[in-house]
Amino acid sequence: MQRPDDFQERRRHLADLTEEELEKRFWELAEKIVDPLLDLAYKHTSPSIERSVLLRMGFSSLEANGIVDGCVKKGLLGKGAGHVVLKFAENRGIDYLEAGRLLAGEDGWDEVEALFQGGGAE
Amino acid sequence: MKLEKDKKIDIKGLLKDLENYRPRRKGWHWREGVGKRKIGSFEYREVSENLKNSVPLPAAKYFNNIDPQPDCVITTEIASGRFEDDIRRMRMAAWHGADHMMVIRTAGQSHFDSLIEGTPEGVGGVPITRKQVRATRKALDMIEDEVGRPINFHSYISGVAGPEIAVMFAEEGVNGAHQDPQYNVLYRNVNMIRSFVDAAVAKKVMASAGMAQIDGAHNANATAREAWKVMPELMVQHAINSIFSLKVGIKKENICLSTVPPTAPPAPCMRMDLPYAVALRELFKGFKMRAQMNTRYMESCTREATVTHVLNLMISRLTSADIQSTITPDEGRNVPWHYNNINAVNTAKQALVGMDGLRDMVEIKRDGELGRAVRELKERAVLFMEEILEAGGYFNAVQQGFFVDSGFYPERNGDGIARDINGGIGAGTVVERDEDYMAPVCHHFGYNNLPEGLDKPCSLINECTLCNPEKIVFIDELDENDNVNVRLQETAEITEKGLIKPEVEWCGDGIISMNIFLPAEERTAEFAALEIAKKMGLEDAEVIHKQVMHPAEGTYVEVKGRVAFTIDPKTLKIPEAEEVLSEEEIREYLNKNKVKVVAATVGEDEHSVGMREIIDIKHGGLEKFGFECHYLGTSVPVGKVVDAAIELDADAVLISTIITHADIHRINMQKLNNLCIEKGIRDKVILIGGGTQVTNEIAVESGLDAGFGRGTKGIHVASFLVKKLKEVKAQ
Repeated sequence: MQRPDDFQERRRHLADLTEEELEKRFWELAEKIVDPLLDLAYKHTSPSIERSVLLRMGFSSLEANGIVDGCVKKGLLGKGAGHVVLKFAENRGIDYLEAGRLLAGEDGWDEVEALFQGGGAE
Repeated sequence: MKLEKDKKIDIKGLLKDLENYRPRRKGWHWREGVGKRKIGSFEYREVSENLKNSVPLPAAKYFNNIDPQPDCVITTEIASGRFEDDIRRMRMAAWHGADHMMVIRTAGQSHFDSLIEGTPEGVGGVPITRKQVRATRKALDMIEDEVGRPINFHSYISGVAGPEIAVMFAEEGVNGAHQDPQYNVLYRNVNMIRSFVDAAVAKKVMASAGMAQIDGAHNANATAREAWKVMPELMVQHAINSIFSLKVGIKKENICLSTVPPTAPPAPCMRMDLPYAVALRELFKGFKMRAQMNTRYMESCTREATVTHVLNLMISRLTSADIQSTITPDEGRNVPWHYNNINAVNTAKQALVGMDGLRDMVEIKRDGELGRAVRELKERAVLFMEEILEAGGYFNAVQQGFFVDSGFYPERNGDGIARDINGGIGAGTVVERDEDYMAPVCHHFGYNNLPEGLDKPCSLINECTLCNPEKIVFIDELDENDNVNVRLQETAEITEKGLIKPEVEWCGDGIISMNIFLPAEERTAEFAALEIAKKMGLEDAEVIHKQVMHPAEGTYVEVKGRVAFTIDPKTLKIPEAEEVLSEEEIREYLNKNKVKVVAATVGEDEHSVGMREIIDIKHGGLEKFGFECHYLGTSVPVGKVVDAAIELDADAVLISTIITHADIHRINMQKLNNLCIEKGIRDKVILIGGGTQVTNEIAVESGLDAGFGRGTKGIHVASFLVKKLKEVKAQ
């Protein structure tokens, strides 16, 4: 879009604001722009976010890649990759780090899918 | 490992046992002891604690070698592509006053959808990996002990692997990072939904480690066709990232605005940049200012870049800067070289210290022209945000090309960067969290269906890495050919045998540069310069800068090239440095012996300052130690000096020549020697020559006993005289 500088016309409603009022308006608008973005972030996740969870759980970056790839393929990312690992470990009765390594090695995914049956959306 | 002042850092040693290294602290560090302080003979008002070890500015030798450190953190940006060489540069920069080491990432890492491991070589920066980060932090921990000030380590949490990088940085004690989802969207074409969703998690993790965050708004300056016109938009970009970060949980005092004075000469830049700087600092009170230097209008002239940067520093001093970033003066022509990082840090230190306390005498006229400009910028920014909301929010605004338009908003030129909400790298990868979504770790942003009654989120897994670093997994190398060990092997001959090869970026790169003036027009000069380099044996010669002095009379050219040889210092004949006697020893000799000195500035030379420095009592010169000095003045004929020496029965003659046209300094020294021989007094007097272009070698060649050049103090001459007189007596 091309538009000439119509600042004088557009600013009319701001002309009478004090400096303080103008700055207040600046921050109110910024919040209005940002709030829906924060809400979006609150409710969603991504492969990188889930890998960051797995890293914090003590997996290597290579293992995290494998586990998240599996979650994406099975439509289970919305459960949380860490959650997937924990549930699988619980079902097998093994340590969660061991469980995660199995998943990273592409082992056990059918079992995982069954555990989350009905929950996975693809 | 502890660093020793006279020893190079041992990179191999540094890499040993790296898998077990833990950072000693986390979080950002501001300089300590900020405020007033007496240093040397001066009272400073905007300085911080002195360093334990440092290299002061060149002129410091006239001021008892003081090295005042400004109040703000000073950044240096390092981008060589090999972390093992970056570390050595960081050590040099720290000694000159940098305490914020910003490591530029290799090209393309933003689009790498995972962490990178190992230590591959980068392009225009290093691949940011756990090993690279850990080794660098370990080195910086040693360097901060050496200089006596904590050093901040910084890189980027952007691209499609932001949250992972944030976790790795938090684990490894990285102290600051760029994090701004808008940067991904606008400049890296990362999908906007992915970018903002990832950013929230990344920022929350950064907050947990007390990291400082720098936004990406300065990139609009560097990208826009007319950088000063994006000022209203820059405020909007700063606001979006700042408020987003604040709401995620980063403390206000750790949120830094990356702000650049947008213009540069020949524009009347101060008058345009100052209102913008004031408007920002008013609108963003309580946030921190990371003052970046202008890069938009940098060309290959390092002098021009330096002047622009000094003007930028003046803006910092007239307003405020919490972090003073520095841009190397060679950034317009190559990936920065070692010594240009140092030059940039020194430009900042020199200008900031030089303007110390300036605001106590000079103030900004907030009313009038500046005030009107400030108000207008704020209003334009408000209008920008109103229109974002009218357009349906941020994503729609980006889609419609609102950002980085070259018009002065609300003017629009239709050349903004437009991105598709469903496009870009990582599009379609974001999923909604299910009702039973769960992440059993600390410092996680967003919806998390954890079981009730947990002590902390990671109780389910018996602690996460942020609570228990023992759980962090270290990967050493993945590529057997592209790694630091292979690179170190390639330069092993140089490092192990202690050979010397020039370098500007990497150990053993062999690059040198030359300054050449050629009495030829521009294009001829350029090719003549390359021919000269070839004849001198330089490989891969390139012209890196040229400037017309006059269309016909001449051109100045700077050429770089590579030398193939190394120098073995063992084969060098280095004359031993003269040992200076102590003041006590000199005084003791003069208490027992009367020593008469005749001194003059000879020839047609009116420069008396140098000689006065050497003899005057108030400069700590010869008189102070008890020498009887007879100063004959300036432009004294050599014959007259010799006559005076005979008449006064002098023990020594000191002549000084500053002017060196047609080798007049050599001629005068030879003449002094010859006349003394002719008149039969040469055995009885010590002859000394001095001046800016005089060296001991030149003076001795000319028949004198010694020569003293730049930087000589009275004590050096006094020490020489006493030693020589003792020697003569002993014979």
